[in-house]
Amino acid sequence: MENKDLVQYIYGIADNALILGQRLSELCGHGPNLETDIALTNISLDLFGQTRSYFQYAAQLLGEDKTEDDVAFLRTERQYKNVLLVEQPNTNFAYTIARQFLFDVFHLSLLENLQNSSDATLNAIAKKSIKEVSYHLRFSGDWVKRLGDGTEISKQKIQEAVNALWRYTDELFHLTEADKVAVEGRIGVDTSQLKDAYYEKVEELLQEATLTIPEEKYFQKGGKQGVHTEHMGYLLADMQYMQRAYPNMKW
Amino acid sequence: MIIEQKQHIDKILIPVLREVSDPEIPVLSILDMGVVRSAIIKNNKVEVKITPTYSGCPAMDVIGDDIKLALKEAGYEAEVQLVLSPAWTTDWITEAGRSALKKYGIAPPLEAEADKEALLGNKKIVNCTNCGSSNTKLVSQFGSTACKALFKCDDCLEPFDYFKCLK
Repeated sequence: MENKDLVQYIYGIADNALILGQRLSELCGHGPNLETDIALTNISLDLFGQTRSYFQYAAQLLGEDKTEDDVAFLRTERQYKNVLLVEQPNTNFAYTIARQFLFDVFHLSLLENLQNSSDATLNAIAKKSIKEVSYHLRFSGDWVKRLGDGTEISKQKIQEAVNALWRYTDELFHLTEADKVAVEGRIGVDTSQLKDAYYEKVEELLQEATLTIPEEKYFQKGGKQGVHTEHMGYLLADMQYMQRAYPNMKW
Repeated sequence: MIIEQKQHIDKILIPVLREVSDPEIPVLSILDMGVVRSAIIKNNKVEVKITPTYSGCPAMDVIGDDIKLALKEAGYEAEVQLVLSPAWTTDWITEAGRSALKKYGIAPPLEAEADKEALLGNKKIVNCTNCGSSNTKLVSQFGSTACKALFKCDDCLEPFDYFKCLK
C-alpha cells in the first residue's frame, strides 16, 4: 500500500476521534453537573490522545517535515474524512449522549478488528485504544439507559436525540476507495461487515432503555468524502483559529 | 495480579529513574508505575522507552522532559521515545507502587472482574483510603484524571480516588 493511500485510510479513522474530541471539549466547564463534565472531557482527552498517535504516524508517512499539528489543524474542510455523526452539535445532553453511544458501539468494534491489522503501528494504536473505548461505551450506554428509563422528559429527550441522529449511522459502514485498498492489503477493516452486529447491539440496549427503535429509512452520507454538514465549518473555525492566527504553534 | 515486567533497564540508571515521578501522583515513581519499558546506555547516551498509561495522558510529555533532566543531572544525555506496544496495564504497577498509591489517598486497582462490579455499583469492594471501610459508593466513573474514578465513603463521608483497572 502506498503511503498516500495509507494516510487517507488513517484520516478516515483518526478524523472521527479528532472531531468528536473537539465536540466534547466544547463542554469542558459546561457539563450538566461536575461528574458528567469530567467524564465527557476525559473521553475527549482519550480521543485526542488516540488522534495524536494516528497523526504522528500520518505525518511520518507524509514526510517533508510535516508534523501532527499540520495534519490536525491545517487541512481544509473537504480534506477531513470524519463521518457526519461525530460533527453533529451538542444540542442538549441527550444529543451528546446519543451521539457518543452510537459512535462508541461502532468505534469499539472497529478497534477490535483493527488490532489484527498487518500494519504494526495501527495494530498497536488499536490495542491501546480498545481499553479506553470500552470505558467510553460503558459510560454512554449507562446514560442512554438512565435517560430512557428515567423521567418522562428525559425519555422524550433521549428518544428525540436517537431519532435525529439515526440517519447518520449507516455511513459508518460505507467503504471509501482508501478503505478498499487498505482492506485488500490486510491493513484496514472492512466496516461493511460490522453493520449487522452493530445494529443488533444498539437495538438491544435501546430496548433495555425502554426506547423505540427508529424506523427512519433515509440515511445521510458524505463525511467520508469530505462533504460535511453545515456544522463542520463552525467547528473547524473554532478548532483551527489558534494555529492559523499564530502559525507553527505546537500541540 | 502483578506481572513482573520485561523491563530492560541498565542497573546504574535505576536510582536516577526512581527519582522521577508522575506529576499527577508525585509519590509514585515512574518505575513503580511501570511506564519505563527500557533504558539502555549506548555510547554514553541513554535511550529510554516509555509507554503511556492512557493515550491522552498529558503527563507523558512532562515525564519525558523530567527523565531527560534527571539523566542530565546524572551526567547523561538522553533520548526519550514513546512506544505504544505492548499496551500498558495496571498489572505493571509494582507492590511498592500500590502501597504508595494507597498512602497517597488513591485506592489501588482491583482485578478486572472485581473492578467491573465496583464500577457498576454492584458490589461494595473498594476500600476507603481514609478509614478503610468498604461501605463506599461510586460517584463518577471518571475522576480528576483519565485513570481514576471518584468514590465516596459512606462511613467517614470522605471522597477519594480509585485507580481503575486497565487490561
